[in-house]
Parts: sequence; structure tokens; C-alpha cells
Amino acid sequence: MIKVRNICKSFGAVRALNDVSFEVRENELFGLIGPDGAGKSTLFHILISLMKPDSGDVALWGLDSVRDYRAIRKIIGYMPGKFSLYEDLTVEENLQFFASVFGVRVEENYRLIEDVYRHIAPFGKRPAGKLSGGMKQKLALSCALIHKPRLLVLDEPTTGVDAVSRKEFWDNLKTVRQAGVTAIVATPYMDEAALCDRIAFINNGHIFSVDTPQNIVKRTTQRIFAVRAANMRTLPALCRSLPGVMAAYSFGDAVHLAMNRHDAEAGEIRQQLICLACEKVEVKTVAPIIEDCFIITVKNQK
Amino acid sequence: MTALKGFIIKESKHILRDWKTLVILFVIPVALVLIIGYVVSIDVKDTVIGVYDKARDSESARLTARIASSGYFKPVKVITHDAEIAPAFRSGSIRMVVVIGERFGSRMLQNEGAVVQIIADASEANTAQLLSIYCEGVIQSFAAGEDVVVKPPVEVEVRMFFNPSLNGVYMSIPGIMALVLIIITAMMTSLSITREKELGSMEILLASPLTPFQIIIGKVTPYLALATINAVTVVLLGYFVFRVPMTGSWELLFLINFVYIFLSLALGILISSLAPTQMVAMFASLFGLLLPTMLLSGFIFPLENMPWWLQALSRILPPRYYVEAVKAVMIQGSTLEVVWQRLIVMVAFGLIYMAAAVKKFKIRLD
Repeated sequence: MIKVRNICKSFGAVRALNDVSFEVRENELFGLIGPDGAGKSTLFHILISLMKPDSGDVALWGLDSVRDYRAIRKIIGYMPGKFSLYEDLTVEENLQFFASVFGVRVEENYRLIEDVYRHIAPFGKRPAGKLSGGMKQKLALSCALIHKPRLLVLDEPTTGVDAVSRKEFWDNLKTVRQAGVTAIVATPYMDEAALCDRIAFINNGHIFSVDTPQNIVKRTTQRIFAVRAANMRTLPALCRSLPGVMAAYSFGDAVHLAMNRHDAEAGEIRQQLICLACEKVEVKTVAPIIEDCFIITVKNQK
Repeated sequence: MTALKGFIIKESKHILRDWKTLVILFVIPVALVLIIGYVVSIDVKDTVIGVYDKARDSESARLTARIASSGYFKPVKVITHDAEIAPAFRSGSIRMVVVIGERFGSRMLQNEGAVVQIIADASEANTAQLLSIYCEGVIQSFAAGEDVVVKPPVEVEVRMFFNPSLNGVYMSIPGIMALVLIIITAMMTSLSITREKELGSMEILLASPLTPFQIIIGKVTPYLALATINAVTVVLLGYFVFRVPMTGSWELLFLINFVYIFLSLALGILISSLAPTQMVAMFASLFGLLLPTMLLSGFIFPLENMPWWLQALSRILPPRYYVEAVKAVMIQGSTLEVVWQRLIVMVAFGLIYMAAAVKKFKIRLD
């Protein structure tokens, strides 16, 4: 059980975290969703006792992250955003080293990492620096898990990893969760949010909407339209000029339009865009997904 | 396996895998000893000199012959006028002029006090001093060999103890050892710790149960072994190649080296606790350690000739004590009773550095 209460942290004039509070439940896969520079890494550093907050406190199963840092460092597994294992050591040697650091033998907890590690086990004698991005992340996860931590903290584990490896990685996380490990994952990828039990949006050092992904989507009252037209490049700007538009942003091959008005209709928007000299206009109502919710939430805040 | 043992194994693997650096670590000390040993040696041998013989008698000719046959000097120029001396020095064709006074032979025979003047090119002060001492020695022995000469009332007899031929390498070897050991140990450890900071792995180490003490000892141990090998290499080179005598006990020499290596490692850790990047650590070790070790350990420039504030500075730098202790043991054959004070000073320095390093070691990122 993790309780984060009113955390503030500044670096000089920059406010990295602003009154951040949330809770993570036992054995939960918790997602921290937000863009680069939102404050995810700083929050993690405070969470795992690597930084002191300016104010507020963090309790991990009752352990204070400043006072009880020694105890905390025994029960967490941490995987930084940057690949930080030893590239000149082999896969096996890296794993062996981290096992020794935590005073465990690799065999003891091998079952926990088996699902992850068996993908890289055939390359056991290869230097970690010669692994692909996806394999590096799997090795880093294995090393972070080898002492069976109570809390696993992963900072953007899938950044720079191909789509297939990303999926495998998330499958691995589910297995880890089933083994009873609580995990907090930071990611800038909105589609990964749906894979978490609960998520929190983070932007500019503020936390919003801590809930299950389903509830967050359900709670969204705005109507979302997908718009396509011949002039895709100028379309977001044109859309923003329409009355009642809360946000317009490129989304795949369309522009998503979040309308404040609950009675907004696709036909009406289409007519308005044609008046603005758009050609081949197509407007469809779509169900909101996490990314829409994030943008709406951030917009609401402003 | 304990965390510390695992850390030492991991650290040793880093060192062994980086074979290019490893080669440099073994080649540099050897190269330094050979280069400095051969080049810095300031032995007097076949130095080109001029002779200004004002007497032109048989005795002055004998003296000239004696100087020429000493092996130290090679008279290449005959000077006939005072005004020729300065230009000859300027052109660099000679380093010293022996001026034999008028009526040299007859004054000598009649006990009137024959005069020989030595004029040295003091633009290189140390060399000039050394040359004049050597020349004086040759002339004294020439005068002593003449039965007719009444001995002077006070006879100064100079004997160079422990290093009778004033062999420069005897000075250089302990100095090079001081230099090589402090650079390899302090610079390499500080680099290896700052590398982990740059790489980001320090973040994981900090977030683990490893204590600063474990990290530091884990880092230090492999370099301790490496530096010991280096110390042995340098001593053996000095002993076998440059014939530096080993009059004291090997155990004591080893102990001195061990203490010095420990001290250097502690210094390296301290540097890395303060330096955020490898670049900073490197410059700090080079300017903070290399230069003071070279200049203020008494290895190239004699400490006695320095202004008081530089002498004071040299007292708070550990290499000085090491060089003194090594010289005492190797050349003078001193025992522990003589060098224990210097050992204590070095141990104290080491402990202070180590304590400061453990204290300064950041257990968090900010």
C-alpha cells in the first residue's frame, strides 16, 4: 500500500511536482500517464527514496521514504528510464550481480522472472550492450525483479521498444502482478494506460483523474468526433475556431474534436467546416479513448 | 554470495574487459620509469667545456690533461681572451670554462697559492652547480697528488653518502613510483565511479540496499591489486635496470607502498564523490594530483630550495612523505624506527580522505 501525500518538489525556479497526492493499492498495476517532462521521473525518484520532497511525504507500507530509506531500498525493484545495466557484462553476469546485491541467489526467484528471462536466456553469454532494445528492457526487468521486490517501479520501460516487444513486456507485467508484486509504471503511451488496473494522469507536475481506465473513459461527458478533410494540415486550427470546441488535435489519420456541447451533431460540424472552405469533409462520432480523456483533462485544468 | 563480494567481482570484470585501458595501465608506468630514468638523470659525463690557460706551463698542461681524462669533462675549446667566454656560452658550444691563473706552475711550486677559476653557465643553475662541484673535485685531487703542495690549513672532504656517484635515477625511481601509483589509483577509481554516475547505473546502485561503504570498498579493492602490481613493476625496473640499491627490507617497502596506495585510493574516491562527470574527475586528478606530485614531492626539484609557502604546501601533500620513506628504505637502508612517522602521517591522510569520501558520498540523487 503506497500513500503519496501533498508532494511538492522544485528545481530552482522550476516546479517539477505540485501538491501530488494519490494512493496505490496492494498488488495493483498502476499507470502514471503523461508526456515527457510531466514530472514522472521526479515523482519516482521521491517514491523510491532517491530524492527528498520539498514538502509532503510518501509511505510505502508504512515506511517513510526519507526516514526509512534503507528499509525501502530492500523492498523495491527499480528500472530507470535509461538503460542502466552494465553493457560490458553479459546477460547472466548482470543478473548474477543484481542477485548478489540483494543477497539472493538467482535460482531462488527464478520462477518470478522465468517468463521474462527465457526470451533472453539463449543470449546469456552475450554482453548486455549487444542486445536489442526490447531484450535490454527484458534484462533490466529481470534484474529489477530478481530479489522479488514488494514494489516494482518502472520508468518508461517501453520507450524506444518495438510494438511486438512492447506487447510482450506488458504481458510479462501481468504475470509479475499475478505473483503478488505491486507495480507502478510510467509511460507516455496512452494506449498502454488501458492495460493498467488504475491510472493517474500527470502533466506539468499535477496529478489528475486517479481511477480505472474504464471509469475515466466512462466519466468523460464531452462528445468526440473524428474529422477528415482534404486539408488535413490546416484542419486542427480550423476546427478550433468552431463554436463550442474544447480541443482539436491530430489523432492517427484524423483530427479529434472534443465538443463541450452535449448536443453537438456530426452533420452540423461538417456544414461549418464546409463553410470554412474545407473539401471532402467527413465527420463521425467516436467513443472517447484514454488519449481523448487525457487531453480533455489537461485542457479542463487550464 | 555477499553483496560486497559480488561487487568486487563485477568491478574486476569491468577492468579486465577493458583491455585497452589495462594495457595502458601496465605500459605507462614502465614507459615512465624508462623515460624519466634515462632522461631526467643529471649525471655529469663528457660535458663540453672550454679551457683558458693563462699560464701555459707544464703544470697547467698537466691539469688540463687531468680534467680531460676525468671522464666528466671534454675540453673542446681553447679560450684565449676573457671576451670569448660569454659568446661561447651563448652559442651553447660549451657549458663551463676552466680558467688557469697566470704563473700557475711556478706559484704552485713556490707555494704562493695557484689560482684556478671555474666559470659555469648558470642559465641552468642546477647543472652549473653540479658541474662546478665535479670540477672542483678533479682539481682538488690533482692538487693533492702533488707532493710539493703544502696541504691547506682546512681541508674540506666531500663524500656523497648512499649515492656516491650522485646517480639521478636514485632520486627519480621513488618519485616515479609516487607519480604512477597516485595517478593510476586515484584517477582510475574516480573515473570508474563517475562513469557509473554518467551511465545511470549509480541510480540503480543507490536504490539498492548497498551501503556507501560497500560501494567504495567494492570499487577500491580491484584497483588496490592493480596498483600493487604496478608498484612491484616499478621497483623491479629500478632495481634491475637502473641498479637502484635495495638496502632496506622489502617488507617495509611493501608496507609503505600499500599505505600509499590506500591513501591514493581514498583520494580518488573523494574526488569522485565531489565530481559529477568523468571529465571533471579527470581534470581534478591531473591538476590536483599529477602536478603537485611532480613538483612538490622533492622528486624533480629539491624542496630545500623552495620558498617557505611551497614547502609548507608540500607538507600537506602525501607524496612527499612517500618519496622520503621510499628513499630512506631503498637507498639508506632505514628501518621502521626511522620511517614510522611518515607512515603514520600517510595512514592519517588516508583515513581522513576515506572518512570524507564516505561522508560526502551521496546516498540520494540531489
